[in-house]
Amino acid sequence: MADQETFTFQVFRGDSSGGEEQEYQVPATTGMVVLDAMHYIQAHIDGTLAVRWNCKAAKCGSCSAEINGRPRLMCKTRLDDFKDVDVHVHPMRTFPVIKDLVTDVSWNYEVNRKMAPFTHDPAEQSPWVMYQEDVDRLYEPRKCIECFLCQDVCHVLRNHEQKDSYFGPRFMVRYQYLAMHPKDILNRTGAVKNKGGVGLCNITKCCQEVCPEHIHITDNSIIPLKERVADEYFDPVRWLGKKLLGKRDERPAESETGPASS
Amino acid sequence: MLDRYEVHDHDVLVIGAGGAGLRAAIAAAEAGADVGVVCKSLLGKAHTVMAEGGMAASLANLDAEDSWQVHFADTMRGGQLINSWRMVELFAKEAPDRVFELERWGALFDRTKQGLIMQRAFGAHTYRRLCHVGDRTGLELIRTLQDKSVHSGPKVYMECTLTRLLKDGNRVSGAFGYWRDDGRFVVFRAKAVIIATGGWGRMYKVTSNSWEGTGDGICMAYDAGAELRDTEMVQFHPTGMVWPPGVRGILVTEGVRGEGGILKNSEGERFMLRYDPVKKDLSSRDVVARSINREVLEGRGSEHGGAYLDISDQPAEFIKGKLPSMYEQFLTLADVDITKGPMEVAPTVHYAMGGIHVEPETGASSLPGLYAAGEAAAGLHGANRLGGNSLTDLLVFGKRAGEAAAEFARGGGGPNGIDEAQIDEEKALLLKPFESGGGENPFLLHQELQAVMSDHVGITRDEETLQQGLDKVLALQQRAENLDVQGSRMFNPGWHMARDDIFMLTLAEAVIRAALLRRESRGAHFRTDYPEKDPELGKVNTVAVKIESGAEIKQRPIVPMPPELAALLEAK
Amino acid sequence: MSAEVARRSSVPDNKSMPGRSTWWVQPAAIAIGFTLFVVYSFWSVALSPGHSWRAGPYLSPFYSPRIAAGFWPFSSAFLVAWVPLGFRATCYYYRKAYFRAYFLDPPACAIDEPLTRSNYRGERAFPWVLNNFHRFFMYLALVVLAFLWWDTINAFHYLGALYVGVGSVLMLLNVVLLSGYTFSCHALRHFVGGSIDCYSCIRGGRARKGLWGLVTRINPYHGSWAWASLISVAAVDIYVRFVATGAFGSCFNAHTGC
Repeated sequence: MADQETFTFQVFRGDSSGGEEQEYQVPATTGMVVLDAMHYIQAHIDGTLAVRWNCKAAKCGSCSAEINGRPRLMCKTRLDDFKDVDVHVHPMRTFPVIKDLVTDVSWNYEVNRKMAPFTHDPAEQSPWVMYQEDVDRLYEPRKCIECFLCQDVCHVLRNHEQKDSYFGPRFMVRYQYLAMHPKDILNRTGAVKNKGGVGLCNITKCCQEVCPEHIHITDNSIIPLKERVADEYFDPVRWLGKKLLGKRDERPAESETGPASS
Repeated sequence: MLDRYEVHDHDVLVIGAGGAGLRAAIAAAEAGADVGVVCKSLLGKAHTVMAEGGMAASLANLDAEDSWQVHFADTMRGGQLINSWRMVELFAKEAPDRVFELERWGALFDRTKQGLIMQRAFGAHTYRRLCHVGDRTGLELIRTLQDKSVHSGPKVYMECTLTRLLKDGNRVSGAFGYWRDDGRFVVFRAKAVIIATGGWGRMYKVTSNSWEGTGDGICMAYDAGAELRDTEMVQFHPTGMVWPPGVRGILVTEGVRGEGGILKNSEGERFMLRYDPVKKDLSSRDVVARSINREVLEGRGSEHGGAYLDISDQPAEFIKGKLPSMYEQFLTLADVDITKGPMEVAPTVHYAMGGIHVEPETGASSLPGLYAAGEAAAGLHGANRLGGNSLTDLLVFGKRAGEAAAEFARGGGGPNGIDEAQIDEEKALLLKPFESGGGENPFLLHQELQAVMSDHVGITRDEETLQQGLDKVLALQQRAENLDVQGSRMFNPGWHMARDDIFMLTLAEAVIRAALLRRESRGAHFRTDYPEKDPELGKVNTVAVKIESGAEIKQRPIVPMPPELAALLEAK
Repeated sequence: MSAEVARRSSVPDNKSMPGRSTWWVQPAAIAIGFTLFVVYSFWSVALSPGHSWRAGPYLSPFYSPRIAAGFWPFSSAFLVAWVPLGFRATCYYYRKAYFRAYFLDPPACAIDEPLTRSNYRGERAFPWVLNNFHRFFMYLALVVLAFLWWDTINAFHYLGALYVGVGSVLMLLNVVLLSGYTFSCHALRHFVGGSIDCYSCIRGGRARKGLWGLVTRINPYHGSWAWASLISVAAVDIYVRFVATGAFGSCFNAHTGC
């Protein structure tokens, strides 16, 4: 099946002080993925090539990289896609390089810490009754494997360096889950707007294009959150209606500024 | 100076951040301990994400007849009665609470029409018992625990490898290792240490385990003098991917069969009807794995040496809804559309039933201050683990170990100093491959070990092949003296592999010696020279202790079950 | 950013990667398409004189609903056009398209922007913050859509009898596409049910979930509906214009024609 004998790889080698592409020839085997080739290089050519990986089955989201200029998982990128061209493998650009293909993604974990956790009504006893119709929407955001490719491709983080103001697509996906969960009692809208910075997203949908789990990040996470923000901050009609009817949102709100609180 | 090291102090140190490690960390923190969690990968990437089918708990949401008693009996029978019956009892009783607790922390399961947690059928479980969310239950578990732990207090140290437990006298007082990114050495000093590092599947060629499953935590405990138990019991999951070569061994969830998938041989025969007419395709894993193996050996295997697993009779939308990641996995990696045609599957090393010997209630090892939980601990699963029992295992015994370790730490437990000599010894071992010039490539040595284990300690074993395997492993241990790595300590996979080789070679010896000693066939351990169960050996566990010359294997009698539990096994 | 580039300076950037040299094609095509539509529609309603928007039973969508306002010195189309214009300008699909095609922000995925502004404020700052009012344009667009359906029904009715012509079929196609576009709107999806966290907890929740599900089913094609309806609007206008100028002769007879 492999109709060419070897593939030529141009792999970024370097660290925080700089680096360059290095060329490797790797013998082709049937069904080979880019990660297989990186393992071949490690075992047979250069054992110091740094690669982050775990499950090799697109379930853990460790082996994120930019392959021929597209953010992808190495374990899911078949070499059949690259007939007769060099395969350039670079680290994610949005995060600082540690070494070779390994980047420092710790910022993402700091963001997670800033979000209030799932919070239910402590008075409600198990087992919970939740109907399928109420949780259908929530399976999609839960598919996220935290590969951070969406964070990598997001131009707000990648080109505008707004890591201080925008949590990035991955955490909009998490906010969607929390905001729509029927048992989560916190009002997340203010936090989404002011802490999460959803307004910085201009809906250019690259996150959705690169998601290896096919999560419709923009359509199903970010836009619904933007609509919720519009409900509370940009809808005078709704505001007036609530005033006239005397309705108030009784839910406690997630902190809009500081670290997580409930 | 790189060779100096930093020191971190915690009441409880948890090594490993999979399901068991995180659950233990949360429990210890909630008990008031200052907790540190060290993991080799990024948080949330642990092998737990590969658990797909679900977590077993007798909620009886679908089958009202289910109860902890039935779950107990199923698990004991699956483990061929060499399980720790006390662990199984605790496990079956506490499993539902751990599932509900997970839900209260934000985990999401598939639902029944009544709005309860959905449960699916699985191998050798009498009733539909596996709480699941599609085929990514492990991811749901790990993400929930990860998000919970972020706000529960434990400090997480990511991408840090620990290679040696430090002891003050007989008591475990910390651990030593290095940061993966820059190779700096690091010491964690702790009043109690919990090993939750998973199993040792990576010593086999065809395995569902990620690179992390090197048995390092188990081996550290073993090196420090802790007893291991039932190391000969290695589970072959019947269905791993077969083709193309790069994906060989990747797990195909038992959920495929739980949702109606059928195993067939090259003649189109549903062969499980022959091997287990009652439970058929959902027989226990050891039986199904051996059956597939036999079909292949007798010339009825699939094109690339496995069996066909076919679920394409089910509606495509159903398959995509219930098994989304299997659908995606076969489509992208193997060009197979599982809604239209069969998958090719073959057994793959999946789980170590053996591990660190622990006390059932507390997860305490035979060393003071050292605890273990999850796959790293032994006892719950006996000779064969039932599918779906591992995820619940992580929660039940993770929590217990965390609480017990916190309790131990609160008591102080006597002196816990750090001994420089132990650190120097480990440093020397770690740095040796840079200076050896011996020429042994750590990756290729690993591949040799994998070949030996697959060829000599596989699904079926006998005295002669085991003995040959042992000789080969001992020879590889010698060659490991000459492990040789290039470059610096900055994120150097070759260097990381070198230490893992030593862990795996050490444990491989204990696995083989235990397999030699158990002269019978039981569960996952099948001896062609002793194909029957020996009732006398059904009353003992295998215990491995490290001595100067290698592994010393003993047999230890199992404490008889109390009559009320024994009665549960009598009932159908 | 500059430090980042310097750090990896000897590494070619993504634009030069195999398969990525044509990154500019999509934004360029979109920019050309939009520009053509905007130029044409402005010419059609503002610069071309006469009453060519009506021919027989046909009515150009630019002029619907027709508002006859004596005080208004300009084309009456302007009294209505701001609604569909605003609806599309604040639409979540068009936002993606124009931010990429006109503002190169970003030009394509993982392709660096020509200018990296560290003062980027996205949709937090004027004018883009106005995109948050998309829902109000959606409400009004629904009203306009009702008129367009009325016009279309009338286009099948001429000289007191059922009438089918190329123009009426075109108008029908157009209004179907516009309906697809309008009913696949993200703001509408939110309005009918997306804002609810627990359907089983409220009265009528199941119906709201059902409506949400309907919108959700066509929502993934919102961009396709947007383009198709954009083209069909222009096509109907052009067709009506041609018929009105007599290019096809005097073709309106009972029951059928052009």
